[in-house]
Amino acid sequence: MSATETDVGAALPKERADYLPLLLPLLLAVAAFPFIPSTSTWVTLTIAGLAMGMMIFVMASGLTLIFGLMDVLNFGHGAFIAIGAYVATLVLLPLAPWMQADSIWLNLAAIVPAVLLAIGVTGALGLAFERVVIAPVYGQHLKQILITMGGMIVAEQFLYVFFGPQQIPLPLPASLRGSFLIGEAAVEKYRVVCVLVGLAVFVSMLLILTRTKIGLLIRAGVENTEMVEALGYRVTRLFVGVFMAGSALAGLGGVMWGLYREQVTAAMGGELLVLVFIVVIIGGLGSITGCFIGALLVALATNYAGFLVPKLALITDIALMVAILLWRPRGLYPVTSR
Amino acid sequence: MSALLSLSGVETHIGQYHILHGVDLDVPDGRTTMLLGRNGAGKTTTLRTIMGLWHASSGEIRLGGERIEALSVPDIARAGIGYVPETMAVFTDLTVRENLVLAAREGAMDETRLDWIFGFFPPLKKFWLSRAGTLSGGQKQMLSFARAFIEPRRLLLIDEPTKGLAPAIIGALIDCLKEVKRRGATILLVEQNFRVAQEVGDTVSVMDNGRVIHTGTMAELAADAGMQHRLLGLSLDTHR
Repeated sequence: MSATETDVGAALPKERADYLPLLLPLLLAVAAFPFIPSTSTWVTLTIAGLAMGMMIFVMASGLTLIFGLMDVLNFGHGAFIAIGAYVATLVLLPLAPWMQADSIWLNLAAIVPAVLLAIGVTGALGLAFERVVIAPVYGQHLKQILITMGGMIVAEQFLYVFFGPQQIPLPLPASLRGSFLIGEAAVEKYRVVCVLVGLAVFVSMLLILTRTKIGLLIRAGVENTEMVEALGYRVTRLFVGVFMAGSALAGLGGVMWGLYREQVTAAMGGELLVLVFIVVIIGGLGSITGCFIGALLVALATNYAGFLVPKLALITDIALMVAILLWRPRGLYPVTSR
Repeated sequence: MSALLSLSGVETHIGQYHILHGVDLDVPDGRTTMLLGRNGAGKTTTLRTIMGLWHASSGEIRLGGERIEALSVPDIARAGIGYVPETMAVFTDLTVRENLVLAAREGAMDETRLDWIFGFFPPLKKFWLSRAGTLSGGQKQMLSFARAFIEPRRLLLIDEPTKGLAPAIIGALIDCLKEVKRRGATILLVEQNFRVAQEVGDTVSVMDNGRVIHTGTMAELAADAGMQHRLLGLSLDTHR
């Protein structure tokens, strides 16, 4: 008997496309428009929000994959953000003349190695952190929270010891200073670069996750690690690779954030970690698209609220998370059922 | 006939619970061995222990004479064991194609083998690019089977494949199993549906309370209502 003779060949129920979360950043921007006094201000705030959102996405994307695939609550993620920023600072400080030169090539000659080194160092530290700190506590959430939080504190204190408690300036390269004018709106060049880098990271991650076997393994592993192993794949190696990539992305995000604020501090990782966790929870654990939308929502809401009702800006992120979770208790696009 | 898989004195603990109490089991090469028993007898635990998903606390498990009980799950799979779990465990976020791409561990999928699978399970071809999460229960089971059959395996462990499925779908699965058997596969099949067991089983082992309490031929068990009642608490007639 062939299965076509039965109802098993019946058409699938039409899968309902879930586009609404994708539209939320746009809806938020449109909803904010009437309350902002001028179009140019709205454009500036929106671009600033998008840039900030992209940076948060770069930092948070690794964390959501780490949680989704490895079921690890990594409170040490913030350390990689700060370390990435400091590594770039170490490279850029002696290259200050190149950074301040009018030549874009000299600027690139300074910034590209700084970014690559920050990615490399945070990736390598991620490998060591996974093997030494995380591996012994797989499947034990309470211990994960305690030990990764401890790792975060230790890393932060090391930064204080080596670099001191003061803020260290990290000026933008000369070619990324200044603004474009769109009508009457001034759009900072660096923010546009952040948007482009964030989009490139997002598209690259989507392509890797959907078009490569490694990506399939990560998506399958997020859903059912045991079955991936039963198919003959060594998930431990996948875990290590994802942890390294996630840490490296945190390092890249740290560099972007340091340049955005034009300074680095030892506490920046811890401060950003709260924002990163909010984004991961809003997006749905394990979801790159959800993380992307969540980051844009948080950043746009923070920027609009900061302009309209500065006192409310402090609670905007939490209020947004509460609203999203009341609507979708598992986040916008949950992947894992954990 | 020599045993491809052999368990000797296998004990398994899950947390504080002692589930398997010294399982002795032989799975002859090229035959289908049914693993039967009441709920809670330890059948699924036996399969998961063979697969390495739960570690044997003592005893030996040999595949083709080589001990495998200390190997990791991926190494056991790479030793040539295909596994169809009770839960089907298809990757719902992946398409049918992507599920099979992952299952074809050695590289590209063999088109001839794929066509053979499509012959038994046409819905997999029809919904090739659909997310597995949108498939019906029966279609998910077909995908779970296809994942185990997409490359030749030395041994197939299949756990209650017909549970909760419509009779017509069960028929398609039986046809597939018979063809896999005809091609010489070695199968260890846990099944509660006695009709399925009778149709595809060559040999049978019956478990109770974490031990194998009977080993023999399927035909012998199917013909003896008294033995069925004694070993399984049922009569084949009630399951026809």
